[in-house]
Amino acid sequence: MSLLKYESQLREPLINGDKNYHQITEDIIGAVEIKPGRAWWIGLSIALALLLFGVYSVYREVAYGIGQWNLNRTVGWGWAITNFVWWIGIGHAGTLISAILLLFGQKWRTGVNRAAEAMTIFAVMCAGMFPIFHVGRVWVAFYLFPYPNSRGPVWPNFNSALLWDVFAVSTYFTISVLFWYTGLLPDVASLRDRAKTKFRKMFYGLCSFGWTGSTKHWQRQESLALVLAGLATPLVLSVHTVVSFDFATSVIPGWHTTIFPPYFVAGAVFSGFAMVQTLLLITRKLLHLEDYVTFGHIEAMNKIILVTGSIVGCAYLSELFISWYSMNAYEWWAYRENRANIFSPYGWAYYGMIFCNVISPQLFWSKKLRRNVTFTFFLAVLVNVGMWFERFVIFVTSIYRDYLPSSWATYYSPTIWEIGFYLGTFGLFFTCYFLFAKFFPVIAAAEIKAILKTSGENYKQTMSGIEEMDTNKFYTEEMEHAH
Amino acid sequence: MIKKFVVGSFEDEKVLFPAVKNVRRAGYKIHEVYTPFPIHGLDKALGLRDTSIHTMGFIYGLLGTTTAIGGMGWIFAWDWPLNIGGKPHFPLPAFIPITFELTVLFAGVGMTWTFCWLCKMMPGVKKHHFNLRSTDDLMTMVIECTENSNAAEIENFLKENGAIEINTQIAEEGWWFGRYDKEQKLYRTEEIEAVD
Repeated sequence: MSLLKYESQLREPLINGDKNYHQITEDIIGAVEIKPGRAWWIGLSIALALLLFGVYSVYREVAYGIGQWNLNRTVGWGWAITNFVWWIGIGHAGTLISAILLLFGQKWRTGVNRAAEAMTIFAVMCAGMFPIFHVGRVWVAFYLFPYPNSRGPVWPNFNSALLWDVFAVSTYFTISVLFWYTGLLPDVASLRDRAKTKFRKMFYGLCSFGWTGSTKHWQRQESLALVLAGLATPLVLSVHTVVSFDFATSVIPGWHTTIFPPYFVAGAVFSGFAMVQTLLLITRKLLHLEDYVTFGHIEAMNKIILVTGSIVGCAYLSELFISWYSMNAYEWWAYRENRANIFSPYGWAYYGMIFCNVISPQLFWSKKLRRNVTFTFFLAVLVNVGMWFERFVIFVTSIYRDYLPSSWATYYSPTIWEIGFYLGTFGLFFTCYFLFAKFFPVIAAAEIKAILKTSGENYKQTMSGIEEMDTNKFYTEEMEHAH
Repeated sequence: MIKKFVVGSFEDEKVLFPAVKNVRRAGYKIHEVYTPFPIHGLDKALGLRDTSIHTMGFIYGLLGTTTAIGGMGWIFAWDWPLNIGGKPHFPLPAFIPITFELTVLFAGVGMTWTFCWLCKMMPGVKKHHFNLRSTDDLMTMVIECTENSNAAEIENFLKENGAIEINTQIAEEGWWFGRYDKEQKLYRTEEIEAVD
């Protein structure tokens, strides 16, 4: 058994402090059982207020029509599509952490995967709101799906990237929920078995599906998680690829580029990790989980932010270069005059994007800054702002000036109800997150227990004994028990 | 079915593995080992065969692929052929994204459903829990008693192998619909006692 339990001392411990299995349960599951503090109530109230404002904004849109938004003749998508793509991008980190890092055998994922997956689900819910309400007649939004109907039947167009998007996003949402919930079952069972009150016993009893922790169930659960990870890995890449097809398959200068799929995926991971940082840094502080979300975890995520931020930076440069190199007058105009010209109407958005996404993440080359919580939080927020600018730049600057210069005078800016809708999705997101953190463990306790004996701080020290052992002795004595 | 079980819990997987080996060698029937987290190799040690849930995943995936291609092909080329910009009625490259998504969707949903079915799990299902700490920090080994077995002897055997919290329980081995906030009532216990 020792061979499987061995991990080099050079690797930083992923669980700090002197822990045992019961202590992990107390720390993670116990955090759900206490009454929430004042910070939680304040946070939830703000989130609910935003949600209410969002509901009213959406009500205006449904009752009076899309005219409540400032969309005009050429800018037909505006904030709605910007926010859709922004939220979908944020929703990429969870599955990336749970699926791709699982396949790569990255143990640090266990500390952050649960919160990241939950965040993914809530972000995709928020994203879905925008196209659903932007169709105008929300009560017939189900026309998006192909089903035999009494209108002919009239089927959707399977050649359309927009329809691919419907399938991609709804599949992504479903798979994320399944992945998240099957991983949650053991921890819910743990909550159920510790429950003291009648309500908690009933509620967690229902939610746990009768999980017992039997060896056969664990075997199936692990197999399920592995195959779902294998399926979700191409899925997560496909979702943002298909989102980018919404633009790349059109012939609009600024959108019609083959670089979009990888560029969108990198941007999605970039903004997703930034949002994970934002949420986890607050959560670990409020729920006192510093031993499980360590500086090592924060640094690992910051490294991903740095890598993906640099990929995004390269993409901006190559876009700009290719628009000039292509010798297409319209393409070059879109980049030179509508985006990169700082004096153009939306120049502020382009340079805001460059500053937040390309320049500021480069500070993460410094190890000291990567391990600084305050700085990380600040930079994560900045990255999220930057990624919103990126989507805004891509969508609005490509279409606000069309081929007819006489119609260039219209400057698109949102109405209060467009902004309200966006704020409302923040309300939805944080309401869901606060409720999740109240009722379910934000860290996968069972998975943490599984890595305790290799990556726990107090167990790390015993590794030196194995490291000093004679190789032959190691193989004969330790391998014998390896299962 | 209501049966009699000897239950022993272990604190450390290093003690559990040799104990599993010894219990099996002694010829006792291990009903189940409940653990708070996945312990790799325990399934092999218990002699469980590999799960075939991934094979089911493959089959569900194939079903998704054929549903997608068949469905779109039927709609576009058969049921309502529509001229969209002179494009072909069966544009395979344009079908790839949706085909992929449906493959993943069918495989994922189908496998999760199979997982719940095989493990007999759904909201409202209740099972007997031999030790409530087996979702916290203890690994609970449950040995099934037959009419020939002596519970006291098994208890001693478990104790020698490092188990703590050893006891004998009469319990329903399967699952039933029930609520966790209500006490369970066993019927037919007298019959079991008579056998004993």
